[in-house]
Amino acid sequence: MAENLAGTVGPEQQFKNFLSEGKFMIQRCKSLNKFFFHPRVAFPGSGERDLEWVEASGNGVVYSSSCNRRLPEKGGDFNLSLITLEEGPRMMARVEGVDPDKVEIGQKVKARISSLNGEPAVIFDIV
Amino acid sequence: MDQNDINRLRGKTAVVGLAESGCGLASGWSAMEIMANAVHDALDDAGIKLKEVDGVFAATAFHSMAAMSLSEYLGVKPKFADGSQIGGSSFLSHILTAAMALDAGLINVAVVAYGSNQKSAGGFKTISEAMPYEAQYQPRMPVTAYALSAKRYMNEFGATREDLANVAVSARDWALLNPRAYTHQDGPLTVNDVLSARPIVDPLGKLDCCLVTDGGAAVVMTRSDRAKDTKNTPIYLLGAAMEHHHRMISEMPDLVQTSAIESGKRAFSMSGYNPNDMSTIQLYDAFTINTLLFLEDLGFCKKGEAKELVKNNNIGPAGNLKVNTNGGGLSCVHPGMYGLFVTLEALRQLRNASGDDVGQRLDGGWIDNAKLSVAHGNGGVLSSQVTNIWGVSDTL
Repeated sequence: MAENLAGTVGPEQQFKNFLSEGKFMIQRCKSLNKFFFHPRVAFPGSGERDLEWVEASGNGVVYSSSCNRRLPEKGGDFNLSLITLEEGPRMMARVEGVDPDKVEIGQKVKARISSLNGEPAVIFDIV
Repeated sequence: MDQNDINRLRGKTAVVGLAESGCGLASGWSAMEIMANAVHDALDDAGIKLKEVDGVFAATAFHSMAAMSLSEYLGVKPKFADGSQIGGSSFLSHILTAAMALDAGLINVAVVAYGSNQKSAGGFKTISEAMPYEAQYQPRMPVTAYALSAKRYMNEFGATREDLANVAVSARDWALLNPRAYTHQDGPLTVNDVLSARPIVDPLGKLDCCLVTDGGAAVVMTRSDRAKDTKNTPIYLLGAAMEHHHRMISEMPDLVQTSAIESGKRAFSMSGYNPNDMSTIQLYDAFTINTLLFLEDLGFCKKGEAKELVKNNNIGPAGNLKVNTNGGGLSCVHPGMYGLFVTLEALRQLRNASGDDVGQRLDGGWIDNAKLSVAHGNGGVLSSQVTNIWGVSDTL
């Protein structure tokens, strides 16, 4: 790693930049051949720094789910889930296209890049 | 350094004074004023003068440098201070740090304190930063995190919302015996009350969630040789341990297993006692799911079996397990960070059984002959877990 970080951006900004380009990218440690999320400067727990970005398959399974109650005038109820990606890591996201309280553990989901409050966001749909 | 080294701290320090202040509603009082009031009352309880305090430990959701702000307010120049902020369990870790500093001779008298006016100041208060990779989805933290755990728990172990509701029902039954409890006058809860309460984040409804109150608390600690000469019954710190493995709920390795498995194992090992030796069990119940997880993770039953353990009001006043005997965060008090109140109840039960006057309870509210209490703190989103084991002098 360069000591001087000027002129580069960190993994969080790189992830957001990829999303802006329509790509859902996750990091893989080459020597361990393991994926991880969220993006970091090194593999969590053991510190390997030979990392690369790989486009995620977008396939996942609902690990847990919640229906967040919200007044209709503020946008209404919404789903918030934890998704285990096919590559192994887990992430928080919303599952859309189904009633927010009808998302069940174990359901297969597929990622797409949408936007939330003007920012690109990974959203999942039930397969 | 191996585990035996930390075990040298067993019984070396004791709490000799405690107090709460402004619990419920304290309109017109600032968080600092509530906290400082608790410190002065705890020192009065101990019979120790303010000028003897040379260790200050505090964390709040109102002060970025709580230990420093509290020291200044009190007019104390501590030789050691710790304002570590690991959420609601901070105070149970402060107790461990204070024990280390006392044992090392850095300080002679420590105060551990908390204060909050969140209810009178407008509701749940946090100084938590937005979590990267989560915030854009707008989770209702901390409720969403605990709901995700509850949903997963129900799925893995066939638990139901009724099983969760049993926890709230028992907590209320304890609160009915405790005149200090915020819901003392509110009457009992039924399982149906809990199930039909307003949904917040499914599967958790309003009565699965802790209270939102004001309140402050403080304890005074000193070395055990000095503790013997104070005016009340000293309660000895027999075991203490902590662990955490995530900050964000999306990073929790397994939603139904907390670091309490590790903190509990090490704290009990240090104390020389087992979960079944505990006269009282005080668990940080920010949500109903917490009590189930911590009963399992601390070793009171196997994983997935707590739903059976809490049936038939078995953790209520008439039950076999004396759990959250003040009414807990669900029905006694929850001023944002509840950890020091878990500690207070663990200590009060032991002091009452030793003959100290620590307040009145209705029949059954005090545990006869209580000798050992476990106090377990939780912080963040099932993140930081800290376990303290407390005992009276016979247990040393």
